[in-house]
Amino acid sequence: MPLIDLANPTRFLSLSGRLLPWLAAATAVAFAVGSVYVAGAPDDYQQGATAKIMFIHVPNAWLAMFVWAVMSAAALGTLVWRHPLADVAAKAAAPLGAAFTFLALVTGSLWGRPMWGTYWVWDARLTSVLVLFIMYLGLIALWRTVEDPARAGRAAAILTLVGAINLPIIKFSVDWWNTLHQPASVFRAGGPTMSASFLIPLLVMALAFTLLFVTLHLAAMRNEILRRRVRTLQMMQAQAAVGA
Amino acid sequence: MTTLGALLLRDVRLSVRIGGGALMGVLFFLIVVTLVPLAAGPDLALLARIGPAILWLGALLASLLTLDRLLAADHDDGSLDLVLMGRAPLELAVATKALAHWLTTGLPLVIAAPVLGLFLNLSPTAIGAVMLTLLVGTPALTATGLIGAALAVALRRGGLLLPVLVLPLTVPVLVFGVASANAAVVGPVPFGTPFTILCAVTLVSLVVGPFAAAAALRHGME
Repeated sequence: MPLIDLANPTRFLSLSGRLLPWLAAATAVAFAVGSVYVAGAPDDYQQGATAKIMFIHVPNAWLAMFVWAVMSAAALGTLVWRHPLADVAAKAAAPLGAAFTFLALVTGSLWGRPMWGTYWVWDARLTSVLVLFIMYLGLIALWRTVEDPARAGRAAAILTLVGAINLPIIKFSVDWWNTLHQPASVFRAGGPTMSASFLIPLLVMALAFTLLFVTLHLAAMRNEILRRRVRTLQMMQAQAAVGA
Repeated sequence: MTTLGALLLRDVRLSVRIGGGALMGVLFFLIVVTLVPLAAGPDLALLARIGPAILWLGALLASLLTLDRLLAADHDDGSLDLVLMGRAPLELAVATKALAHWLTTGLPLVIAAPVLGLFLNLSPTAIGAVMLTLLVGTPALTATGLIGAALAVALRRGGLLLPVLVLPLTVPVLVFGVASANAAVVGPVPFGTPFTILCAVTLVSLVVGPFAAAAALRHGME
């Protein structure tokens, strides 16, 4: 089946309907395995068991940025290739990305209180992630303000691409400014500085959260396609009633 | 007279006429700078310390609230369609409109800043620094606001959507503008470091703004 067939909404619905149970099962398994790893990870010598918030905080933060990157790719699909499902993908991803960003901010704040003594500090990393969260909410607001879904999709695509400038700023904020937040420990030149006993559980949990995003994203895309079909049917029904 | 020159002249003339709202931005700037000491207390030392931030926030809000004048009025009477169908490249046409907007809204803010700086007990160095950073930063605010204005151009009940979309994008301008103004006064960072980054941010926004706005207008008008 050529890749272009995925652009057909009906085909996409049938394919994603078959895939979704497997993806959900894979997500559950990944979380189960991740939980075992997290429970088995040693306590940090300084922070004790509190350091294990990292296994939730870091994957959420990674996904917050990853989802914006996915939306940017979808935005290119809308504007450049006019892919029929690209704006469906973008609209479905926005609330998920906002949720991951919110969770990253909340878990980080709860971790900061015992560790740094404060729930919040206005350093570069926290501020840029907060701005990312606000941009997610602005994007959702834009989706909800323009009535025609296709026009909303194009406007949202442009805003997504303009906002993508924030992603490198977030990534390199701990390098460019003196920040309280931990500098890059995994994705850095020279390889990770974490020991395997912490790195492996972290990567497994990151995989689990990514599978969670993929599952929820596909489900949300299916819902959005069905929602648009309902809207079209309602408009056709209204038109028929007027014509009769 | 070239197309772009005619467009620039038209926009500047329209905005200084009755109903154009050109100097409203300055009036709003004055009101904001008056409100902050009323809220924060009249302690002059405190005001001098946060003075650059107050002036920058006032300029930011004044630029933001005059943005709907940029494209919405032309969309309503159909002249935006003429610009879209015209011979001049759309990117240059919206850049010209942004230039006209800055000349009538942003530049008056820069000129008003010294007087308002006196209200906030700023030293001459601070006033000079704030003026210079505003001069470099207000074009970036206009160009970034241009993107939001183009995205929201056809929305009637947009409400707060335009500020919500534009304000996160103006965060770098604000951060580096206030940082360079403060660096000139208290240091220890030399003024040049955040100031050159502010110039870079402005240059990037002067390019990205018109291109994104033109794309938004093209796709929104289909």
